[in-house]
Order: sequence, then structure tokens, then C-alpha cells
Amino acid sequence: MTDPADRGTSPLWVGRSIRRFEDPALVAGLGRFSGDLPAQSFVRFVRSSVASGRIKRIGGPGGATLLTCADLVGVKPIRPMLHKFDYVPISQPVLAHEVVRFVGEPIAALVATSAAEAEDLADLVEVEIEDTRAVVRAPDAILPNAPHVHAQAKGNVVVEGRVQTPGCDAAMARADRRIAVAIRSRRQNALPLEPRAAHAIFERASGRVTLTCATQMPHVMRTIIAELIGMREADLRVIAPDVGGGFGQKMSLCPELVVLVWIARKLGRSVAWVEDRRENLVASFHSRDQHISLIGAFNADGRMIALSADVLANVGAYSCYPTTCAVEPLMAMAEMPGPYDVREYACVARGILTHTCPMAPYRGVSRPVITFAIERLMDKAAAAFALDPIDMRRRNLVKAFPYKTATGLVLDAANYAETMDVAVEAIDVAAFRVRQKAARAQGRHLGLGLATFSERTGYGTPAFAARGMEVIPGWETVEMTMDPSGSIEARIGASPHGQGLRTTLAQIIADELGTSPDSIKIVHGDTDRTPYGWGTFASRSLVIAGGASLLAARKVGAKLKSMAGILLEASPQDIVLEGDNARVVGTDRTIPFEVLARAAYHQVARFNGEVTPGICESATYDPAGTFSNACHVAIVEVDIETGRVRLEKFLVSEDAGRLINPMIAEGQIHGGVAQGIANALLEEIVYDETGNMLTATLADYLPPTAREIPPMEIRHLETLSDASLTQAKGLGEGGAIGAPAAVINAINDALSPFRVSLDEIPATPRRIREALRSALQS
Amino acid sequence: MVTEKVEITLNINGQDYAVRVEPRRTLVDVIRDDCGQTGTHIGCEHGICGACTVILDNEAVRACLMFAVQAQGKRIRTVEGLAEGEQLHPLQTSFMAHHALQCGFCTPGFLMLAVNALETNPDITDEEILDVLSSNLCRCTGYQNIVKAVRSTAHELRRARAS
Repeated sequence: MTDPADRGTSPLWVGRSIRRFEDPALVAGLGRFSGDLPAQSFVRFVRSSVASGRIKRIGGPGGATLLTCADLVGVKPIRPMLHKFDYVPISQPVLAHEVVRFVGEPIAALVATSAAEAEDLADLVEVEIEDTRAVVRAPDAILPNAPHVHAQAKGNVVVEGRVQTPGCDAAMARADRRIAVAIRSRRQNALPLEPRAAHAIFERASGRVTLTCATQMPHVMRTIIAELIGMREADLRVIAPDVGGGFGQKMSLCPELVVLVWIARKLGRSVAWVEDRRENLVASFHSRDQHISLIGAFNADGRMIALSADVLANVGAYSCYPTTCAVEPLMAMAEMPGPYDVREYACVARGILTHTCPMAPYRGVSRPVITFAIERLMDKAAAAFALDPIDMRRRNLVKAFPYKTATGLVLDAANYAETMDVAVEAIDVAAFRVRQKAARAQGRHLGLGLATFSERTGYGTPAFAARGMEVIPGWETVEMTMDPSGSIEARIGASPHGQGLRTTLAQIIADELGTSPDSIKIVHGDTDRTPYGWGTFASRSLVIAGGASLLAARKVGAKLKSMAGILLEASPQDIVLEGDNARVVGTDRTIPFEVLARAAYHQVARFNGEVTPGICESATYDPAGTFSNACHVAIVEVDIETGRVRLEKFLVSEDAGRLINPMIAEGQIHGGVAQGIANALLEEIVYDETGNMLTATLADYLPPTAREIPPMEIRHLETLSDASLTQAKGLGEGGAIGAPAAVINAINDALSPFRVSLDEIPATPRRIREALRSALQS
Repeated sequence: MVTEKVEITLNINGQDYAVRVEPRRTLVDVIRDDCGQTGTHIGCEHGICGACTVILDNEAVRACLMFAVQAQGKRIRTVEGLAEGEQLHPLQTSFMAHHALQCGFCTPGFLMLAVNALETNPDITDEEILDVLSSNLCRCTGYQNIVKAVRSTAHELRRARAS
């Protein structure tokens, strides 16, 4: 870790762990978050207390400003759209209309002059709801007599993807062994530490509304909110200021934002909404509620020749915008084979509606679950073939790249086996096995678990279009200006909220333009200031906004060279940019950027009409995508009396191509792994059978603390792939993707003397004890 | 429900704030809304996450779990008061050097928690630091670099005392 000013011996900024430009304000308490803005009015949402029912009456306290669906005349419901896979379009009114479909669904908005008063008055609102039968679990929802969450979705199936390679049945039939695994992933909440928050202000003079909100997608929010309200998009400005974590939860449209903009316009006042943690747990978005059954068909030599999968994803009561609720089941279908070379594949993936909080993307989306499923399959297959799990994986990992998967994805340059070898060597598996044996002799149960996976990152429009999405994200644009003083500003459509893009993009641009990162200002999170873009999600920003930054910097560089060429009477090809100067190569003839910049604006005549005035360039990048990969190894100790799991160590060997800033890359891995460990051991949203949530506080829903997260060790490989302009691959989600599988495999390894197969996450002490009890009884 | 407002004076980072507040208002709400010091954040409002941690006299407290009226006559310190002029507190510098923050939302709470621990127990061990830090939640860093930053500052301050 070095200061930006200290360049050491490397001529390049890329690859250096420079300190983040984001940090000085944040450590001083000068961050500006959505909930920090003062407002004239405050909103409290009145939410449904039942999972399924008909609204009979809504009665507000006298004199209070209470808005219901009936008041929002002309506001359209949220109706995300997909044009494939038998998707059934369903609508979500921004405030419940006639019926409620999950506990926490917003029914009315109470507006008052303080947050406390709004909360007081909202408590006095009487909502009479006639209960109807609720269905909470996906396997129950597909039963013939289950109540319908939306009448048009028969059997509560909202989306159904099917894929089968022509030779799959035959390969299944001729295989030497078929190994089955059925896993269950319980529901989670992404739980950004900053709850959802927003502030809307109507400017009478311009007729515009400025919405400041905790979002990962400011431009997309502007488009959809304006569309639903029926206002001109130009009359809405969306600002994502400092955002206190998102992890996917803040990329989807929440109906509360639409209501807030509507109220600001209607009342002509500033209005704020900050949810409390209970609302966040009950009514934001959930994820990962899936059942997956796999059958792997193996040759006698332990090579998988066919894979069949059945995916059941509980997507809750509504479909999220823009991805739709198909994102979990369809991603599971497309990416199930993971890093393994299996040519025959069949999958049925269904999204099932229930009377629960809607599902939306959460770091890794389906991949923590599918990696858990296929890595359990690998370990079970290893046991069946009496092979070491490492050997089992080595026989099946993809080895020749580029590789086209059975579902048509192209795995770009990488070396999956080497990534695993690095992990195995670093953890010293042989030494562990000796230690494990000695511990067992003393009645202690240590276990080691692996997860190998590839992570699709930085994918552009083709990947999203393949899902049949009506709203097809993918590309990013960067506008780059050098102002008359010579300062560089890059305005980006991506919208970082902790990823450090202000620093990493500046490193990329600085190398291209021969300047230093601290002289470059990255502007993001304001639809008035930045070009249209898709925001920050899906491990995409460094790859796509990074690529666009490089392209824009090349254009700015070309312009600087042509201007310098004219002023220095040299060919532009002979100009190099270094140290904030343009220099004629092989000479000491230089011209400082600030002189060039001033001339570009104020002395255009010096260029004889050969260059256009000013320095402002724009570039867009829309890549096909690139796969990073990793091998995670967990070492655990399981207390068989209490079912408690202690994590001793966690090691990550990963290959995300070129590392722009290793310090930031490792930070992303740390955070992802911690969330994956929580997924494996702790966090679970629990509903009772009537759809009432039992985990609505952080005393019930258990994010890990520093005590639960073990020391992590990281090894990097840097396979350079041309699938990314900067040769950087994404890695924002990988930590969360691999960790659950590694931890659960480690627990199963620890409990192998008892012939336990634990295939459910989180593996709470109760579940571990139950698995041990049932294993001992049989 | 709404109650009669009372006049109180809060001393935050050495400055007195005279405010009229309902007795039911929490300390963190008054610090943020009435005194305008928004560096202290609210993450859960039920005493679990610690984003609202401030130092009250010599104790790190959850500002969401006490009323503002209870903080009268005490010295309240928040993240805004950590630096002396332009000179950051060593722990603020250490958080930047060790990449101990990402989104920065939990950071003020962690800084106040750890500064208090270092001040009240200068000989704090690495294990004790881990115990203290497990009071608060961070969702971004996996705690790895927060632990490193605090341990490194503890060692640095001990070295400075010894020399």
C-alpha cells in the first residue's frame, strides 16, 4: 500500500495498491449518504401484516396525509418483462391495490413533518384485511391445490427454462455411475449496512424533481420511475450519492421510490424516506431460496459425461425490475456446469411465486447455490469412486480454452487446474490430512473442503439479450474532458458504492495519458452529470467502465498528440505522453498538458483549423464477457456435541486476469467470502407457514461479526485474456460464490466418519446435530 | 406519541449545541437531525450493528440505544471530532492505508469503537482487539482489514509510547 505520490520503480499505475481517493472523506465523517439530507416532509409506509388477503378498508387518522393506491391516479404498476422461457408477466402496484401478497408490502404512505410523527401516525392507520390462504414454500406452491399468488401464473410457475443437449439421455443411460445430490439453499437478505433511503425535492422554477437515493442504477431508475409516473424523463434527476453497500439489493426498483417522487411533485415539497432495519429485512428484497437436484453421470474413469439438473427457485410475490424474477432460475440453468467439461446437459429451471418478499439479485445471484450443488456432487462422486476430491476435480475441469460450454457460453483464456493446484499447495493438504487423523484420534473433527468455480463477469448486451430481457443492460459509456486548466474529468455511467472505481479507473486512465491518478476526477452517480449507463452490479464495472475509460483516454490521448504535433511541428505518431507533458520522442521538445489544454479552448487559431476546439471525448464498451475463476479452501472444526462449526482458515486462489489495484481486489474477495461464510453457517430468513417473518431483527437474522470470520489468505494468478480490453476480469462476486460450497464440503469432510451428508445451507448447529442424529440412527 | 419538548445542551466534539427535543428522541437522531452531525450513521436502531457508536466521556456507546436527554453534561465525541484540524487521527490514516473501508457506512462507528478501546486500554492485545471489533457489523470488508488496521495502530501507538 503506497501513497499515490509514491511511484516506486514501476512505470505504471495499473497493478499498484495505491490508496483510495474515496477514503479521506469517508474516514472523516464527510461522506454524504441519502439519509443525511434534511427534508420538509417524511414518509412512513404502512405495510401489510398478512401474507395474503383482500383489503377491505383503509382508515387514516384524522387530518393526516395518507396516500393509497387510489390516490396515485395514472401511476402504472411495475411490470418487468421477459420475452422467453414461458415467462408470465405479473404486475406490482406501487401501493397495494385490492389485495396484498406478502408481509411488508406497502399499502399506504403517511406523510408528516418529521420521521417520528410519520411513524406515530402510521401506527394509527387502520387497515382491515380479509385473510386468504397463503403459500410460502416453493414445493407447496406447485401442488395442484395451492392458492395462486397471481391468477395468470398457473401452478404459480412464473418462468420455466428448459434445455437439453441431443445426446444427454443416451449419455445418462450409458454412464458407469450416476451420482445424485439434492441441495437446499435457504433464503437470505443481502443486508447492506445502509438501509434503503431516498430524498425527493421538487424545484418549482424548473418543474423538475431531484431524487437522491441509495441505488446502484441511477440512470435506469430515472427511466423507469419517469415512465411509471408518466413524467418526462428530462424532468427527473437521479443522484446516487455515497451509497452504503448494495450487493444487488439496491439495483432493483423498489416501489417506495416511485411513491416518493410522486409525493414530491404533488406536494411541491422535499420529502424523505429512510427505512428501518425491520423494513429492510421484511420488505426490501430476498435471495437464494432454491432447491436444486442434480444427477451426474460418470464414466468408469471418473469423468462426468452428462449432467441433469432440476432447479426450483422461490421468487416471492412479485418480479423485480429490471432483471425480472427469472434471474435466479435462468442463471442457474445457463451456468450450472460451472468450470467442468461436460458435453451433455439437461436442465429444467422454474421460478415459483409465493406469498413472500420478492427475490432480487444478491452478490453471485444463483451461483453460490449452483456452486454449492455441483461441488457437493463432485465430493460425492469422489467418495463413490474412492478418489481424492482434488483428483476428482482435476479429471473434470475444463483444460483447453477458449471452451464453449454445453449451454453455449464461451470460457475465455484461463487455467482452472493451475488455480486449484496453487490453492492445494498453499494450504498443504497432505499436512492437513496428517493433522486431521491425529485430531480424530483425540475425538476432534477437522475437515477440509474445496470449491472450484468460474465466475462470469463483465458481460455486455449479448449475455442479457440471451435471457430474453426487455431491458437489456450491458454497455457502458465514459465521457472524458480535459478542461482549460489541464485537469481530466471522466464521467461514467457505472455507479460504484464501495468498489473504489474512482481510484481504479483513474489508474487506468493515468497510464494511458501519462499523468497521475490523483489528477483525474471520476464523476459518477448523477444523471445530470454522467452519460447514460447501467450502474454497478454483476462484477462488471471495472471490466466495462474500465474498458470504456481506456477507449476514451485513447481518444483524448490522440487529440493531445495531434495538437502537440502541430505546436511542436512533429508528426502525431512521434509524440509521447508522459509526466503531464507531450514530448517529441527522442528529443527534449515538450509541451505541458496545461498549455495544450489552454490552447485547445482559448487559442484555437494556433491549430490552423486542423483540430476541433475543446477536449471532450466519449467512448462506449460492450464486451461479450469474461470468466474469472477461483479455488476456495476452508478448514473447519466441528463440535459434534453442539453442532458448532469453527472456521480455522480460509484460502482463496483466484485468477481475475490483470489486477488493476491488488489491495482493492483483495478487499472485494474478503467481503465476498465473509458473505459466503454467512450463507453457509448463519444467515437465514425464516417464515412461518402463514407467511409471517420470524427473523425481522438482527438478533434473529445473523450477519457474521469479526469473531466468525477466520483469517483469509489469497493467492493471485493473472491469466491475461483478450476478452477484456484492460485484461482485467471481474471479481466482485467470486468470494460469495465459492465460500458456501467450500465450508459445507469441509463440514462433510469433518463428519465423514459418521457417514453424514449435509446438503443444506445455512448449516446451523441444529441442522448439523439433526444430520448426525439421523446418521447415527440409520 | 408526541411529547412536550425540552431544552437540552449537548456537547459534541467540544462544541455546545442547545436544542429543543422531545425526551423520547434517541441520541443518534438528535446528533444527526438537530445538531447536523451526519457522520454518525444509523444501521439498525436496535443496538446490534454499531454504526451509531459514539464516545460518551470515556465509553463507546450505541447512540441508538439511549435518549439524547441522557447525554446532557457528558462529553460526546463523534467521527467529525477525531482529526485535529487537517491532521487525521492515526487510526483514520491506518484505515486508509489498510483498505479497512469500502462503502464507508460502518466506518465512523468502527473508528469510534476502536479509538475508545485504544484510549482506555493502551496495552490491548490482538485477541482483545478482535473481541472489541466483534461488537460492530461491517458488510463489505469481511473484517480482515479492519482488524489489521486497528492492530497496526495499537502496535504503533505502543511503540511511540515506549520511545
